[in-house]
Amino acid sequence: MGDERHLRSVILKRKVINVVMLTLSTLTAMYGLVWLFWILGDVLLNGFRFISLQLFLNDPTPPGIEGGGLRHAFVGHFIITSLAALIGVPIGIGTGIFFAEYGRHSKLIKTFRNITDVLVSFPSIVIGTFVYALMVKPLGHFSAVSGSVSLALLMIPVIAITTDEILKLVPNSLREAGYALGAHRWQVIKDISISAAKRGILTGVILGIARISGETAPLLFTSFNNNFFSLDITKPMASLTVTIFQYAMGPYEEWHRQAWAASLVLTFGTLLFFITAKAVVHGMRRSA
Amino acid sequence: MNNAPLKIEVKDLNFYYGRVHALKDINLNVYEKKVTAIIGPSGCGKTTLLRCFNRMHDLYPGNRYEGEIILYPDKVNIVGKDVDPIMVRMRIGMVFQKPNPFPKSIYENVAYGLKLKGIKKKSVLDEKVEQALRGAALWEEVKDRLHENAYSLSGGQQQRLCIARAIAPEPEVLLFDEPTSALDPISTAKIEDLIVELKNRLTILIVTHNMQQAARISDYTAFMYMGKLIEYGPTEKIFTKPDEKLTEDYITGRFG
Repeated sequence: MGDERHLRSVILKRKVINVVMLTLSTLTAMYGLVWLFWILGDVLLNGFRFISLQLFLNDPTPPGIEGGGLRHAFVGHFIITSLAALIGVPIGIGTGIFFAEYGRHSKLIKTFRNITDVLVSFPSIVIGTFVYALMVKPLGHFSAVSGSVSLALLMIPVIAITTDEILKLVPNSLREAGYALGAHRWQVIKDISISAAKRGILTGVILGIARISGETAPLLFTSFNNNFFSLDITKPMASLTVTIFQYAMGPYEEWHRQAWAASLVLTFGTLLFFITAKAVVHGMRRSA
Repeated sequence: MNNAPLKIEVKDLNFYYGRVHALKDINLNVYEKKVTAIIGPSGCGKTTLLRCFNRMHDLYPGNRYEGEIILYPDKVNIVGKDVDPIMVRMRIGMVFQKPNPFPKSIYENVAYGLKLKGIKKKSVLDEKVEQALRGAALWEEVKDRLHENAYSLSGGQQQRLCIARAIAPEPEVLLFDEPTSALDPISTAKIEDLIVELKNRLTILIVTHNMQQAARISDYTAFMYMGKLIEYGPTEKIFTKPDEKLTEDYITGRFG
């Protein structure tokens, strides 16, 4: 009888602890989600009120004159980000391949990999000042390409680490099967490792692009800003993020409205990119 | 009783994983178009020995061979420093413990080794892929789904696909590293039949944990223990009247 009473109290205690822990973890999850939805909702409500076709079609007008848009910043943002991806994606993937396939047994490369891990969460403003010293100062002026370089530096570690991790998941027995047939190292990497890991590598690329698409700090020091439409990557170029920063801080109501609208486009544009890319990567599973 | 010509001659082979002396003074003759089984308890070095024949150890740092493995008829020393391991692997194929098809189509899996040999013509590839799949007793099961992913096959079919992949480039020797240890009894029987069938065309070396398997399919058996080759001879003799006490103890299940 005494034993049964004891067992019952033990079970009751466990049930109580279970309820408490479940409540705590639910609350912490809610805490994060509340802020997320608050921000998204705020951007959505405010941005939606001010979004218009002219925002995409027109360049800015002087304050006080109606009808201005942010075409220059949309195009600029697209150019700077695309150029960054063009530089960063191949270098990032190459670095990841090197770490996973060639550097498996090297202590030195293990150190490089750890440093790259640190770089993933490196303060982006430091990258900005670094590229400022490296490119902007010697060239004498701000330029879109220096903005792209700083964004590329931000995305390289993200892509390199994901590529490395994914390639390490490819079973070694597959590589051995390739070697056993007489394949060279690069053939094994290309035909077997990369082929088996391609979806994961693409996910890394998406993560890398998502990482940079909302960056402001490194662009302040590099591509700076431009109130006019420009396609010249050797000159300063407007980006959405820097323009939002400038407009939100500015004194004009019209600027604030445009900053809201631009925030909406940036947020949901990134979201849309993410979802589409994920869907494409997911679709590859069936065809592979 | 043996008229088969020599295919591989292992001479005073020693092998080291870093400082670990894994194989000690191995001497072994492998005869052409025969099945030679290597048996012994876990950790005795049988897989290590098998992986010397196609220089798999070269893929990892710190490994070292001493001695010779002579491949006939041209008497090239497989483990010689000046011998390109890729040339060795094109002549000596391997089937692994667990089925490891590439994440590609059934066709691409079998064609891969052919493409590595520089065969590009579609008609030649088609013909050789079919030949290899027939040789691996898999053709009837997959002929209508050659372009499906290899992972859609069952475990036993995957292992036969790996055999097809290994025989497609027509190697002279085929190494099997416990090829049925991950398979059910029916799939195992199919693979065993296949090995017996294959010895009409090539020389086979098989590592196995399963003594009955060695007895069923091999012509010669090598018994290894603690990195040494304890006894080697015709399978019948090893399993009925071995010379060494250690061999007898292992075969009768007294240890291992």
